[in-house]
Amino acid sequence: MREALPLMWRNIAERYNLIGTHCATCGSNYYPQRKVCPKCRRKGQLEGRVFPGKGVILSSSQVFVSPKGFEHETPYWLAVVELDNHAKLLTQVVDSADDQVKAGARVEVVFRKIYEDSHEGAIAYGYKFKVVPGGK
Amino acid sequence: MRSVSVIGVGQTKFGEHWNDSLRDLVTDAGVAAISDANVEGKDVQAVFGGCMAAGRFIGQEHIGALLADQMGLNPLPAVRVEAACASGGVALRMGYLAVASGMYDVVAVAGVEKMTDVSTEDAAVALAGAGDQEWELFNGATFPAIYALMAQRHMLDFGTTEEQMALCAVKNHGHAVSNPYAQFRKAVSLEQVMDSGYIASPLKLLDCSPLTDGAAALVLCASEKASKFTDKPVDVMASTQASDTLALHERETLTGLKATQVAGRDAFKQAGISQKDVDVLECHDCFSIAQIMALEDLGFCRKGTGGKFVEEGRSDKDGEIPTNLSGGLKAVGHPVGASGVREAIDVVRQLRGDAPKEVQLKDAKIGVSHNVGGSGATVVVHAFKRGF
Ligand SMILES: [Zn+2]
Repeated sequence: MREALPLMWRNIAERYNLIGTHCATCGSNYYPQRKVCPKCRRKGQLEGRVFPGKGVILSSSQVFVSPKGFEHETPYWLAVVELDNHAKLLTQVVDSADDQVKAGARVEVVFRKIYEDSHEGAIAYGYKFKVVPGGK
Repeated sequence: MRSVSVIGVGQTKFGEHWNDSLRDLVTDAGVAAISDANVEGKDVQAVFGGCMAAGRFIGQEHIGALLADQMGLNPLPAVRVEAACASGGVALRMGYLAVASGMYDVVAVAGVEKMTDVSTEDAAVALAGAGDQEWELFNGATFPAIYALMAQRHMLDFGTTEEQMALCAVKNHGHAVSNPYAQFRKAVSLEQVMDSGYIASPLKLLDCSPLTDGAAALVLCASEKASKFTDKPVDVMASTQASDTLALHERETLTGLKATQVAGRDAFKQAGISQKDVDVLECHDCFSIAQIMALEDLGFCRKGTGGKFVEEGRSDKDGEIPTNLSGGLKAVGHPVGASGVREAIDVVRQLRGDAPKEVQLKDAKIGVSHNVGGSGATVVVHAFKRGF
């Protein structure tokens, strides 16, 4: 359940610092972290690594009907972003003009509140991304 | 492995059943299928039930035993199968394997979901559990949003248009007009779909399947014994399944479902047929873009051409692969645990000649049903042929 506190704190390091998994055997990068490399399986040598906070939007969608906890920021942008090390993640895109949130746009990570849990008053933090205008 | 046949089908009307509980629905569907199969309760040896999220939707787990109990089938072994929106399809596959293996001669397969007892917001959270809870829903991703991300990239890469997606909904609604079990027996125009407002751009309200209560069931029998019960058996030619990452962003591509490609390829191989041999298709159109991708991923058209394929009428009743003549998830409704069974049932009806006359194909011999869980983490494909 999204409301559960352990779900928030268990992934804090991963979310706050964008730590993913690098497989030294095949060079693949995974986000979120994995315990097994799907390509190498038992031959995989996995290590945690801070991932680059920059990447490019592969696809984006503006969400008009949101789940609980996101009402106050609706509509908001979601995107699949490919980081510069080729790992991909799903993220909100904020602080960016609507017409700039599109495939091909350069983005960089920002640290933000994700949602506020009405039941326990807990606030979940994590990454969002913003468009770097004319960014490289 | 021995041959397996569908010998009976049944379902409730799909829609908002405020007066019926989950147990009412699944019992009605189960009894209808058993009666259609002309079997007695004592002939049935096991029950497989697909159900995605009864715990979230109605606070009830232990659905396997509940099914057997309510259908009056105790003390038969009963299993609940969960694979998100593919729960019904996987339940069918488990029933198939149980009979094909020789363990049982006759089994009942059901799928059910009761979705309208909770608010739309709570239903959305329950459904988002079909995706990746920690890395999609956490970030505000709804189920429509995940498919919208696929649609957006499909438009970018292949020039697919919002109108082409809308046409899937228009056509499916048109088919559902004659379907007595459909939630929406109402035609919609292209303008209505285009004006229905974004849920998650580019997907609009009428690109999305609805929240639905409903149940569907069928009876499987070893083909060698089917003639004891029916003179219209429909044989299972193939039953395949594939898995992929729960989260969309971890997949190789955003513009197709690899699990559909794999399960589809395996099904055609297992059945010994090619796409040209298929007379009728029920594919998993939880969103309009999903129908376009299914036609591509199952090999009925080339990757990227699905939008045009639909626009040109090639998936219409008189086209090369008549698709979702029932109305599809879009218009029949999508009780998530039931849809996989319902899709198979509508193929069986076409092969038996039992579809509504407005959509009944002449002489359909082979059909395929395609059932997707989540945004493509589970896909089940079945091929059927007329056994008489
Ligand atoms: Zn590796």
